Amino acid sequence: MSDAEPVVARGLVKRYGDIVAVAGVDLTVEAGDVFGYLGPNGAGKTTSLRMMLGLIRPTEGRVELFGRDPLVDGAKALDGVAGFVEGPRFYPYLSGRRNLRLLADYDEPVSRSRIEAVLELVELRDRAKDRVGGYSHGMRQRLGIAAALLRQPRLLLLDEPATGLDPAGMRDMRDLIRRLAGEGLTIVLSSHLLYEVEEVCNRVAIIGKGSIVYAGPLGELMATATSEYRLVTRDVERARAIALNQRGVADVVVAGDAIRFAADEDAVATLTVALGQARVPIMQLVTETASLEDLFLTLTGGESSDADRAAVAL
Amino acid sequence: MIGAARIYRWEIAKLLAQKRTYLGLGAAMIVPVIFVVVLQLQSGGPNDVPLGRYIRDSGIVTPLVVLLFMSIWGFPLITALVAGDIVASETHNGTLKTILTRSRERGQVFAGKAMATLTYTFAIVVLMGVVGVVAGSAAFGFHSFTSLSGTPVSAGRGLGLMFASLLVYVLPLAGIAAFGLLLSTVTRNSAASVVGTLMFALFMQLLGVLPGTQAIRPYLLGTQFDAWHGFLRTPADWTPVIRAIWLSALYIVLPTIAAYLVFLRRDVAGE
Repeated sequence: MSDAEPVVARGLVKRYGDIVAVAGVDLTVEAGDVFGYLGPNGAGKTTSLRMMLGLIRPTEGRVELFGRDPLVDGAKALDGVAGFVEGPRFYPYLSGRRNLRLLADYDEPVSRSRIEAVLELVELRDRAKDRVGGYSHGMRQRLGIAAALLRQPRLLLLDEPATGLDPAGMRDMRDLIRRLAGEGLTIVLSSHLLYEVEEVCNRVAIIGKGSIVYAGPLGELMATATSEYRLVTRDVERARAIALNQRGVADVVVAGDAIRFAADEDAVATLTVALGQARVPIMQLVTETASLEDLFLTLTGGESSDADRAAVAL
Repeated sequence: MIGAARIYRWEIAKLLAQKRTYLGLGAAMIVPVIFVVVLQLQSGGPNDVPLGRYIRDSGIVTPLVVLLFMSIWGFPLITALVAGDIVASETHNGTLKTILTRSRERGQVFAGKAMATLTYTFAIVVLMGVVGVVAGSAAFGFHSFTSLSGTPVSAGRGLGLMFASLLVYVLPLAGIAAFGLLLSTVTRNSAASVVGTLMFALFMQLLGVLPGTQAIRPYLLGTQFDAWHGFLRTPADWTPVIRAIWLSALYIVLPTIAAYLVFLRRDVAGE
């Protein structure tokens, strides 16, 4: 075991002719992180992950996985690393189990019981004898995780693992990722939807148009996000007056039996205490908009596509 | 080494799980059968090709005459079917990135594919030979026949010469397979590689019949498909055989090295 960071990317650039897919990415993933790599489609997530796995050559910059560069060390750089980019792909004419046996033979030998164990873990054992060609999207995603786990990795790189899954599938995927993280794996998870990863990640990097626009703990990002709140009260006028005088609270408007305002979490906390001390009863306090999502869109300078909006609405 | 053997075994397993492989193997086996059936139904014969006049003398002659007929496009097409597909289909399916993110070096993966292609090329020729000799012997008997020098060849010795001929015939075919492997690696498109490989084979044949190419004719890939004639002369003429060996080696090694270098450095991205 080396003490080097699971992923260190410095000045990573990938150009295809005039098109800049990745414009200079610096990333550090620390051991034990569940790292969300976020950005809209086409921002350069998959391209950077490909460079991390040594599938494509960076135009500039370098990547090290546990201190080893895939360009220099070849397949050895992937020691302890597993995952997939752009969705896991398998031989459609072979069964799920045979696909795993094949992949196991492209690694160090593993026992058959290990293959059965990972099939069990992703709940594919019943279908393991069927051809992958007949698998649903969700089953392929799960087989992808199984194939990655066969390598007994210390670092798991998963590109959009939840994309295309139904809500139950997404929940299962999140549970699985949480469980794996609990076992001490470092996990890098890309997604174009923030809400998909916010429950499981401790740190995130947000990429927009090929460059990192934010990198750091998710909590910090949350704290900087101002959200809009709706506060239902018995005394709208006094509540409004107090809110107007509260630092960090803005855009106060009255709406029926409630006031709406924008504030960050700390300001909301102070406001509720102030209201309580002034004996203004609070009936309800809810976040109006998922403005972390808005922040994400602002950061990435992106219009989210209609499909994304529909997904967010779920 | 054990790793490379394992990859090779899986490459063969992949081929054996795909329809196109059976299409190729099936075609190689059915052609001599059709050939014999047609000869049974009509009285004429392929008198204008070497050994053609002796086709009904012995079943051993059947695969040798079929070799002649299949060298223009039959065997090149059957070879291209798999050689042009072996890398391109994995690029297209995205499975290339799946296997390249395991523990094997790219060179090992490529070696497995090259060896599997060669194995297939060898298999189609040998299968044609075996089926041809069986079908031919069923129709015409297993007898001695007349060599290209007009001398008699016993059945046992003839069988040996026939298999030696198949081996020499595999060499230029492997050159075509190597070209298919290169196209498959570079174009990443299975259909384009298969067609391109066939075009290459036809072009090589065409060069040999164009006027003014007499000087280079012995060195063309297409010419090497006739090198086995040397075995059926008395005494055996090793000159064309030896030329076929070193020339085919060039036609095999150069595209394979080029394909290898491309495979090592190429970006593996989705379609």
